Amino acid sequence: MDVVKIENLSKTYQMGQTRLRALKEVDLAVSRGQYLAIMGPSGSGKSTLLNLLGCLDRPSSGRYYLGGSDVSGMDDTELSQIRGKRIGFIFQSYNLIAQLNVLENIELPMFYQGVSAIESSRRARELVEMVGLGDRMKHRPWELSGGQQQRVAIARALANDPVILLADEPTGNLDSASGAEILGILETLHNQQKTIIVVTHDTAIAQRAQRTIHLLDGRIERDEVN
Amino acid sequence: MNILAIKGTVKLGLKSLWMHKLRSTLTTLGIVFGVCSVIAMLAIGEGASREAQAAIARLGSTNLIIETVQPQQTQTSTEQTVNRYGLTYDDAESIRNTFAHLEVTVPIREIPSQARYLTRKTAVKVIGTVPWYNEVAPVRLLRGRFLSSTDLHRNLSVCVIDEQLVDKLFAFEDPIGKLLKIADSVYEVVGVSAESMGDTLTAGTQKGIAAALSSGVAGNVYMPLTTAKTRFSEMTGSFGGNTRNMEIVELQKIIVKVNSNEEVLPTHALLDGLLKRIHNNKQDYHIEVPLELLEEAARQTRIFSIVLGSIAAISLLVGGIGIMNIMLATVSERTREIGIRRALGAKKTDIIFQFLAETLLLTLAGGLLGVLLGSVIPYVVTKFSDVETVITGLSLILAFGISALIGVTFGMYPAWHAANMNPIESLRHE
Repeated sequence: MDVVKIENLSKTYQMGQTRLRALKEVDLAVSRGQYLAIMGPSGSGKSTLLNLLGCLDRPSSGRYYLGGSDVSGMDDTELSQIRGKRIGFIFQSYNLIAQLNVLENIELPMFYQGVSAIESSRRARELVEMVGLGDRMKHRPWELSGGQQQRVAIARALANDPVILLADEPTGNLDSASGAEILGILETLHNQQKTIIVVTHDTAIAQRAQRTIHLLDGRIERDEVN
Repeated sequence: MNILAIKGTVKLGLKSLWMHKLRSTLTTLGIVFGVCSVIAMLAIGEGASREAQAAIARLGSTNLIIETVQPQQTQTSTEQTVNRYGLTYDDAESIRNTFAHLEVTVPIREIPSQARYLTRKTAVKVIGTVPWYNEVAPVRLLRGRFLSSTDLHRNLSVCVIDEQLVDKLFAFEDPIGKLLKIADSVYEVVGVSAESMGDTLTAGTQKGIAAALSSGVAGNVYMPLTTAKTRFSEMTGSFGGNTRNMEIVELQKIIVKVNSNEEVLPTHALLDGLLKRIHNNKQDYHIEVPLELLEEAARQTRIFSIVLGSIAAISLLVGGIGIMNIMLATVSERTREIGIRRALGAKKTDIIFQFLAETLLLTLAGGLLGVLLGSVIPYVVTKFSDVETVITGLSLILAFGISALIGVTFGMYPAWHAANMNPIESLRHE
């Protein structure tokens, strides 16, 4: 079954007089449990595709089915709900909230879904143990190393048990050891049948995925199985 | 939004405010001073209002006070003249006979004189009146009795003196039964009244206050009107060079009392009509209506309160604008955080509630502090300046309510602004 199904998806930006066609009639299907890498030079439509996949933006035309439901026509409130419930974001710069500690950062997506305090606290503790930061629960983000912060971010992305994990250059800010650690966690998650989509420049990272698609000028240029 | 979510939002808000303690405190100060000045100003306004109304109420709202006034001289008299004017015993009689609905009519004669006991003497104001005087100006007797109808009918040489005079003349002796010499005659003291009871009749009028200040009178002596009539001449004169002006005035005041406030104004018109006729349109009397003064004072103090309140409200408004300014700065500083929250599933309304909660926490904290500070300031003002202040519960609720309202009003725009930022751009924001 396809967790992500994109049909004829286009995105056009109007910038003054010029129209920029960032994505041109893209078709893509990602099945459950797949580990997919998206590659492409800057300006290839990578970020646009990521924003659309992440429901942060709406397509100009075409259809996007996420977990079986059509999200292409949803309004802002519905998209917010979908983001919270079905998508787990992992960012290049971790994006933890500074005034919240590790546990509270992980609880945040559950707070917006109205999960009870007791339940979200239980779940957050479980996740923080899973990423190996059980002894750092009350620490603030700035007290952690980059690798540790990214592990918290992964735990946070998993909080609402999303349909897909979207990772945007997850190792871009990390040294190679921490980067390897993060990729290890992603692989573990893949083995647990999580659907993972990684956007990267790095061929080595893309190699570790099952499948790589190459974007160029707003179209899928190549779609290969590693 | 359920209670849990509200609790969570408030907790988040507190955390963010705690991150910027100095900024939060400074922002709150604007509201603190605003609320505090609203309360203080209203307290001062209310105090002034009560003070004015109490002063006038002491005159009795159902009383009408007819006073003798010196008519304007038609010609400059360089020669010997005898000027007869003012209220007369006949006036009092006519008023009593014409208006059946009056509760009482009290004629009053006031004579400046001197009182003497043994070797001590002082200036006094002799008030010749009737036993029912205390119906128009409640007399608080400390000892003895007030004037009686026997005193009045038999022209007895008795008097009631006030506390002030007792202090001045008798020191440690009991004045009851003692003989007091006033002008050339001797009177037996039969009662002592509380201080300045006679002055209450004129306290509300500027003339009365001025007179009391200038005369240097030590106290009041009350005696039967009949006694005063026989013992004191109605003629007073001033002599200088080759001029010799004599004045004859029978009564200084006639106070009438009606049954209810509704009768005051019609009675005023009737009285004026009657006196005009008797006095042939001579302007030698004036009718003072405490009720009118009371209403005028109420109106004036209301304006006073509105003016003070408005000034304070403006300072509150300035505080509110300060809060809005800071919240806008906070929102733009936290653009990335807003983007993250949006990516993690926060709806626009969640963001609105988050920033609104922060603004409200600031203003409510400011409001609370302002209420505390604002309740203290009036006491300090009263202690150091003699200005009466009254803090009403309404002013506290009003000030606190306005601060909450300002929180919502001025917090709305920054919150709305935050919620409507594009999540993609917010996430890219450095």
